[in-house]
Order: sequence, then C-alpha cells, then structure tokens
Amino acid sequence: MSTLVNPVLHLGSADWLGMFQHFAALSLLAVGGAITTAPDMHRYLVDETHWLSETQFTSSIALAQAAPGPNILFVALMGWNVGLNAGAGLGGGWFSAALAALGVVVAMLGIMLPSSVLTYLATRWAHQHRENIGIRAFKSGMAPIVIALLLSTAWLLSAVHNQPARDWPIYVLTLCTLLLVWRTKTHMLWLIGAGALLGALGWV
Amino acid sequence: MPEEPQTLNQPRSKTDLFVSFTFLALQGFGGVLAVVQRELVDKKRWMTREQFIEEWAVAQIMPGPNVVNLSLMIGGRYFGLPGALAGVAGMLAAPLVVVLLLALLFGTVSDATWAQGALRGMGAVSAGLIAGTGIKLISALKTNPMRMPACIALAALSFVGVALLRLPLAWVLLGVGAIGCGWAWVQLARQATRTSQEDRA
Repeated sequence: MSTLVNPVLHLGSADWLGMFQHFAALSLLAVGGAITTAPDMHRYLVDETHWLSETQFTSSIALAQAAPGPNILFVALMGWNVGLNAGAGLGGGWFSAALAALGVVVAMLGIMLPSSVLTYLATRWAHQHRENIGIRAFKSGMAPIVIALLLSTAWLLSAVHNQPARDWPIYVLTLCTLLLVWRTKTHMLWLIGAGALLGALGWV
Repeated sequence: MPEEPQTLNQPRSKTDLFVSFTFLALQGFGGVLAVVQRELVDKKRWMTREQFIEEWAVAQIMPGPNVVNLSLMIGGRYFGLPGALAGVAGMLAAPLVVVLLLALLFGTVSDATWAQGALRGMGAVSAGLIAGTGIKLISALKTNPMRMPACIALAALSFVGVALLRLPLAWVLLGVGAIGCGWAWVQLARQATRTSQEDRA
C-alpha cells in the first residue's frame, strides 16, 4: 500500500476511542514537549493503522511549525487530517468538516488532558520540593533522553526522503537550517519562509 | 547580583491572562519560549527572572507541551483552576484557528506542484529546526551530575532505539529513562555526601 496517497477511512466509535487512548497514553510520556512523541505517532497513524499518509503526517508537522503558537498544534492537524480521511477529503462538505473537527477535539483532548491534570496537581508540590533529590534526579536523568528524542524526530522527518540521488538538496537544506539555528540567532520564520520559497521554485 | 527593588505586577483578571497569552502565542513562530520570557518577565513583570527559571524547570519536567504547562501553572497560581483554564485557552484558541485556516488554504492548492514543493521545503527546514534545537540543548548537559560521557551514552541509546530500531516510545522512556534517573540519583547522592563531608572538614 502506498502511504503517499491519502487513505479513505471508515472509522467507528471504537476507532476514535482507540485514537483518544493512544494520544492520552502519549500525553503522559511527552516529557520535553509533544514533538518528542512524533515518532510514536508516526508508528501508530502511518505504519500501523494507515489512517494518515506519509505526506499528511509530514505536512501536519511542517504547517504547525510554520504557524504561530505552540507546536503542540501539529497534533490538532493530525486529528484534522484523520477526520478528513474519514470523510473522504474536502469533497465531503459539511460532513467531512464535522469529522475533521471531531478529529481535532479527540486528538487535542487526548494529548492535553492527562498531562495538564497531572501538571496542575503536581505543580504546588513540586514548587515546594524543588530541592528534593528525586525531582533533581528525574530532571537530570531525563535531560539526555529528551535531547535524543528531538534528534530522532528530525531523523525520521528526513528519512522519509530515501532516494539520495534525487533528495540530496533536501538533506543540504536540513543541514543548513540546523547550522543556522545552532550557531546564529536568525529568526525561525525567515528559515521556514526560505524553505517554502526554495520548495515552491522546485529547487529542493 | 544588582538588587533593584522589583515591584512585580500581577495579571488583573482572568481576561487579562487570556488576552496576554493569546497575544504572546500569536507572536511565537517556531518557538514560544523566547517570547514568553520577554513578555512576562521583561515587559509585564509578572515574575522575576529567577522565578521564571524555576517555573520553567517544573514545566519542562512535567509531561506535556512545556509552554502550555507554563500557562497552566501561572494561571493556576493567581486564579486557581479557572485561571489555569484561561491561560491554556489563551495559549491555544487563536493559534488553533490560524493553523486550521492554513491547513484549509493548503488543502485547496495541495495538488499544485509549487504547493507540494513548498511543503517539501518547509518540512526539510522544520527537521533542521528540531535538530538544531536538540544540538543547542546539548550544552545544557555540561552541568548534569551524570557527566558528559554518561549523558552521551544515554542519548545514543535512546536515538538508536527510537530513530533506527523504531521501538515504541514507552519502552525507551521507561527503560533508558529508568537507567538515567537511577544513575542521576546515585551521582546526586554522592555529591551531597561529598559536600557535607567538606562542610565538616
């Protein structure tokens, strides 16, 4: 099955519940930001259930990065796209718009609710015990893993392009961006804009 | 530290919270953290820089998107649960509308070659943004009680598990995470004994 074509889905309530549960479980694992759970979302939504095409997955992340606001909104876009696929694309009119909205609600509630409840309840306690060795050990012990997860996400986004002869300009663009973000204070919006322009002109 | 008498302000109301967070979320392209610091600490003076760092550490420790956690915590501190909800709603509502509009616009042109190309380019850039942020953060490991070699080993192990073997995230977080937290605990405990011995000597 080609994962580049948008799938047409027939999702029942059990499927929506399944998606909610999967995102809710990821919510509690999203230490260091929801983007660190992107590899697992890819495994679930693209590889296992085939609810999203490879293109839809990547563009959800790219659009959310391009837009203002917290990057967590890429999860809303994934829910939106799952809903659209369930309503068979934009041609489905209000029906598919309603399913897309349902997708947004299910995905966002799933990814937000457990972590937010936990954060709210734990905040005062953690604030009072911030010198506690357990909290410091957790923070220090997780730090290298959080960084590795960021690098893994970038790796998986690049690994979609798997034909070096054709895709090498993509790799170069990613590497240049990496260097600019790392070594300079260039505003990220300029970089996203430059990427869009290079892509629209067909140079990458 | 230059002691300037800092008179801190407070959000006037839940509406003030909602509007303030909406305003700064809409300014944050590619990352809200820098904007949050500038707005809440430097401009609005709702908290000192030190307080911000402490809050940020907790927001980062907790699972979930860290800026959202931060808005939840700040809102909750001033106005309880309604304040927390106002903060999170401010952070998410307007940007959600913007991102969905972008997706809709893109949906109507998504078959055009230039639109596909633009997205391809943006995808390549966002991979670079994420990787660059990760590499930048490596310098924060210098002060880690586990020391650099152990940190790099843990990071490499996680990368192999997630990116190359494509294992479920939970396995890696629970497995490698347990090793990391355990080792950090041991090192912190050693540091503490050493410090108390030096104090006595």
